[in-house]
Amino acid sequence: MTKNIVLAQGNGGQENAELISKIFYKHFKNEILEKSEDAAIIDGGRLAFTTDSFTVSPIFFDGGDIGKLSICGTCNDLAMMGAKPAYMTCAVIVEEGFSIDDLEKIVRSMKKELEVNQALIVCGDTKVVPRGSVDKIFINTTGVGIVQKSGISSNCVSEADTIIISNQIGRHGATIFANREGMEFSSALQSDCTSLWPLVEKLLSEGIRITAMRDATRGGVAAVLNEWAKQSAVCIEVQEESLPVSDEVRGICEILGFEAYNLANEGTFVLAVKSEDAAKAVAILQEFEEARYASIIADVTHQYDGRVVLLSAWGSKRFMDLPTGELLPRIC
Amino acid sequence: MSSLELKDLYDGFRDPDVIKGYQKLIAAEAKKLDRNVNIMEVCGGHTHTIMKYGLTQLLPENINFIHGPGCPVCIMPKERVDHAYVLAMQPDVILLTLGDMIKVPGSHGSLQDARAKGADVRYVYSPMDALKIAEENSDKKIVFFAIGFETTTPMTAALLDVVIKRGINNIFFHINHVTVPEVMKELIDSRDEHVNSYDHRIDAFIGPSHVSVISGSKIYELFSIEYHIPVVVAGFEPVDVMEAIYMMMKQFNEGRSDLEIQYKRLVTPEGNLKAQALIEHYFEKVSLFKWRGMGNVPNSGLKLRDEFAAYDAEVLFENILPYDEIDDHKLCICGDILRGFAKPQECSVFGTACKPSSPLGSCMVSSEGACAAYYKYGNLI
Repeated sequence: MTKNIVLAQGNGGQENAELISKIFYKHFKNEILEKSEDAAIIDGGRLAFTTDSFTVSPIFFDGGDIGKLSICGTCNDLAMMGAKPAYMTCAVIVEEGFSIDDLEKIVRSMKKELEVNQALIVCGDTKVVPRGSVDKIFINTTGVGIVQKSGISSNCVSEADTIIISNQIGRHGATIFANREGMEFSSALQSDCTSLWPLVEKLLSEGIRITAMRDATRGGVAAVLNEWAKQSAVCIEVQEESLPVSDEVRGICEILGFEAYNLANEGTFVLAVKSEDAAKAVAILQEFEEARYASIIADVTHQYDGRVVLLSAWGSKRFMDLPTGELLPRIC
Repeated sequence: MSSLELKDLYDGFRDPDVIKGYQKLIAAEAKKLDRNVNIMEVCGGHTHTIMKYGLTQLLPENINFIHGPGCPVCIMPKERVDHAYVLAMQPDVILLTLGDMIKVPGSHGSLQDARAKGADVRYVYSPMDALKIAEENSDKKIVFFAIGFETTTPMTAALLDVVIKRGINNIFFHINHVTVPEVMKELIDSRDEHVNSYDHRIDAFIGPSHVSVISGSKIYELFSIEYHIPVVVAGFEPVDVMEAIYMMMKQFNEGRSDLEIQYKRLVTPEGNLKAQALIEHYFEKVSLFKWRGMGNVPNSGLKLRDEFAAYDAEVLFENILPYDEIDDHKLCICGDILRGFAKPQECSVFGTACKPSSPLGSCMVSSEGACAAYYKYGNLI
C-alpha cells in the first residue's frame, strides 16, 4: 500500500478493497463485519443495519442530486439484504458559504425519496466547517431495515443460480463524468439513481428465490461479480452481448476508454436467483420503468473458481477483473 | 458528437460474423505458410485491442504477436517523470498532463503521490483545457507536461499556437513527444550484447492508424522498401486488426513486403499536412531521447525550437530540474518486452510484485502497456 491515501483507494476496486481489509477489517475484526455484505444482519437476523457517506461533484446532476443519492444509497443497501428500510439518521457536514437555498433543495429531495421507501429520519447531526475543509457538502446516512426475507447473502451463490442485471449499466458513473467535465451529448443521459425497495418487495412477494443481491455502485458490475465469485468460490461466466448498455454510456466509454461494467450505478442491481426462477424474475423487473432493461447476463460454474469470465460473441473469452486505479481517460 | 453517430463508428467493426469470417480466411492463409510468423503491433492501442477482444484465441498457432514500444506512458523514463514530480511540487505551479501519466512511478513517486502530498496536478482531456485553467489561475504557472506520439503532438502545437497568438504568459510546456518510425528502426538496427540472437524477430508490423492520420502512411515506407518487412496501417477495432492480419498473411504467401493501408477510412499516404506544418513550425528533433527500458533512441524525440524557449518549462525551471541518470528496476524486463524479446508472463515479478495497482515497470503502468493488458485481460486464459 502507498504511504499516503491516494484517490484510487476510494475507487470501489482493488485498492479500495485492500485499504479496507488491511486497515479497517484488521482492527475492527468481528464475525458480522467479516460477512462483508451490503448491510449487517443483527438482532438475531431481524434487522439489517448499514451506513454510507456521500460526496459527489457536481452535487446536482442529471437524474438526481446528493440528497436523493444519500437516501437511495443507504436504503438500497438494506433492500439488497431483503430488508424493508425503516429508520435512518442523517449527518451533514457543510462548507462555510454554502447556499441555504441549495441546502433546502437537497433536503426536499431527501424527503421525497424517504417517502418512496416509507422510511423516517429519526436523528441527525449538522456541522459547518471553514471554507475549503470539505467540497461543498458531505452527507452521511445510516439506516435500519426490517428483514423480510432472511438468508440472502453474497456468500451463497452456486451453480444452481442464474445472474440477472436489473437495468442498463454504468449510467450514474457516465452521467457524473459527463456533468463534471461539461461533455455535451445530444441525447438525454441520466443517472439511474433510484430506490430499489419497491422492486425487491415485488420480487419477494412473487416468491422469487433470491440467493444474493447487490447494487452495483462504485466499481460497477465488475466489482459485484468479482466479490461474489470470491466470496462464494464460484466462476461467473458473463455473455458480453447480454450486458445492457445504453448508446450514451457506450459513447462515453468509447471516447474515454472506459468499460461500462466498471462504471458506478445508483439504481441498478445484480441478482443471483435460482435458475428456474430467472425468467420470471426478469419479467417482474421489466414491469418497472427503472428496470425495463432487466436481463439474464451470466451463469455460475466452476471453470475458474473465484474469477469472472467474459465471453465474446465471436468465441473468445477473458477475465473481467476488479477495476484498478482511478478511472482515467485513455491517452490515445 | 451525438451518441448515435458514435455508435455507427464502431458497430460494424465488432460484428461477430465478420470477425469469424476473417478467422477462417486467416486460417486458410496460415495453412499455406511453412513457418511461424511474428507480427509486432507497434502501438499499445493494438495490444489493448488484441487482448481485450481475445483475438489471439482466434488465430492459428503459427501466428505470434509481439508487443512493441508504442505506449507514451510506458516509455517515459524515470528522469522525465521526476521532472514532472519536481515541477508539480512547486508551490506556484499547476501541472497538467494526460490520463494515465499521473500513475507512472518516478524515483520520488508518481504524480498521483505528489497530488496526495498537496501538489496541484490535474489531467486534461485536451491540451486546450489549459487555457481555462490558466485564465482562472492567473497568479500560477501552468505547466503542460506534454506526452504522446505523432497523435497528440499537433494538439500541443495547437495550444502553443493559441498561447502565443493571445499573448498568454502563464502557460509553459515540458515536451516529451516521441516519434514512431525511429523507434521501429531502432528495434531492427540495434544489437544487444546480452541477447544471443538479437537479430530482430519481426516479420511484419501493424502500424497504428491514428499516427498515420496525422503523419500519413509514408512514414513507414522505409520498412517495406529497405528492410523488406510488410507494414499494414490498421485501425483499432477487432475487425480492423483481423483484416490487417489477413492482409499480412496474403503478403507472406505472395512473397511481398508492401506498405498497405487497412484503415482507409481516414489514412492517406500524405496524412494531415496542416498538422504536420504546425508541428514543424514549433518543434525540432532532439538527437537522443531516452525511452524507459530501451535506452537512448536517436532522433526519436521532439523539443521546442529555440525561438520558443520563453514557453519551455525545461528552460524556465532549469535550476531545479534533476538531470542524473536513473536505472530501471533490476527485476523488471520491460526493455525486453518493449523490444519484442519477451512476453509479460516471462517476467519474474509479473502479477506478483508488479501489478497495475503497484507497478514496478513501465509496461504495467499504462492501460495501453503490454503487461497491463495481459494482467487485465488474459493472465490465465
